[in-house]
Amino acid sequence: MFSQKVAQQSLRRLAVQQPLAMRSSMMGASPVAVALGKNIQTRQVTSTPNTEDPSQILVKQRLNRPIAPHLTIYKPQIGWIGSSLHRITGVALSGTLYIWATAYLASPALGWHLESASMVAAMGALPLAAKVLLKTTLALPFTYHAMNGIRHLMWDLGRGLTNPVIIKTGWTVVGLSIASAVGLALI
Amino acid sequence: MASLRTTSRLFAASRPMFRPAFARTYATVEPTPSEQPKMKTFKVYRWNPDQPSEKPQMQSYDLDLNKTGPMMLDALIRIKNELDPTLTFRRSCREGICGSCAMNIDGVNTLACLCRIPTDTKTESRIYPLPHTYVVKDLVPDMTHFYKQYKSIKPYLQRDTPTEDGLEFRQSPEDRKKLDGLYECILCACCSTSCPSYWWNSEEYLGPAILLQSFRWLADSRDEKTAERKAALDNSMSVYRCHTILNCTRTCPKGLNPGRAIAEIKKMLAV
Repeated sequence: MFSQKVAQQSLRRLAVQQPLAMRSSMMGASPVAVALGKNIQTRQVTSTPNTEDPSQILVKQRLNRPIAPHLTIYKPQIGWIGSSLHRITGVALSGTLYIWATAYLASPALGWHLESASMVAAMGALPLAAKVLLKTTLALPFTYHAMNGIRHLMWDLGRGLTNPVIIKTGWTVVGLSIASAVGLALI
Repeated sequence: MASLRTTSRLFAASRPMFRPAFARTYATVEPTPSEQPKMKTFKVYRWNPDQPSEKPQMQSYDLDLNKTGPMMLDALIRIKNELDPTLTFRRSCREGICGSCAMNIDGVNTLACLCRIPTDTKTESRIYPLPHTYVVKDLVPDMTHFYKQYKSIKPYLQRDTPTEDGLEFRQSPEDRKKLDGLYECILCACCSTSCPSYWWNSEEYLGPAILLQSFRWLADSRDEKTAERKAALDNSMSVYRCHTILNCTRTCPKGLNPGRAIAEIKKMLAV
């Protein structure tokens, strides 16, 4: 109450001392009316009835919402890159096995020569570099998938599930699998 | 004094010379005069629901790091205050306890308020909303489904038998200790939206954050509905879409371990 009275008093003083400033700041109210406390502030309001169903605004917006970018913007980390490689090598290995086994079964009927003796002969005819390259491409998915599989078995036992261990074992598997794949290829 | 203040307020409208030159908040700091400006570029994901036909785009903002607070949230608040008031993001506590400002910063999900601005001014920082979420506007993701999934696991104590003395349900210090690393979760959804499995299967797979909470109630010695909770999870989608990618554990801004919690759930379901 006190502060209201003080404010009114100061307004009155202002109205008496600087009526022009008063008029501009009070949006055209008469200084006299303000000073006497008779002024009623008014504001012109026009409203139009909103016939739109307000519950539909959000529904309409939802139809248009984009999906935030994901795979393309996520930082490459050994965890998820290694995991996707595990999946890819698994699919590639089993796919190769299925295709090879089916082809082997079908080879007598189709007249292909896939028996061991002819395969050994075909491999022997290749130059050394091609031999090593071919063997590495076959060995690397196998060594990686097998060694990363050990990591997965460890995790299924609830072990090695801390950030430093995950990162360390991830890079260890990468290093060991490349080394062992090259080793296998050089045999 | 009071009358003076009222008068000056009346005058403020007509005399702008008394207004401060710019509005300062905690996100802006006073630069030391001798320092050279350290300009860094921030690229921020923008999408406006009022122009749905326009594709989302990255907008660049340059800030002087000498005048900006240390955290990414400070940078965002400065952009909003001083460069572009239309930039939209959620924030509240600015100290990593509310989980509102979860977003993807430089490729990793984290809380903007706990993420330092990299001082390297040569590289730009890229800020996206949480990955594979529906975008409401700019950096604001739609969390409705996430919260529905949280509700679905009944995240509260379920118990029928009262205690003998009629007082509160007590547990031993050892049993209480089992909840450490679980109860601290603030449900910011950083882990769930970092999980590729959750990206592809969020309709049915619960995701790391919700599974951590599932385990929090499975591990609680006072809860009596463990069997029901386990039965609700024992299907091909709820838990077993987890392929131990472990992005969740890597990204958690609170240092928790959702990956370990899911592994423990799988062990509980197996026996």
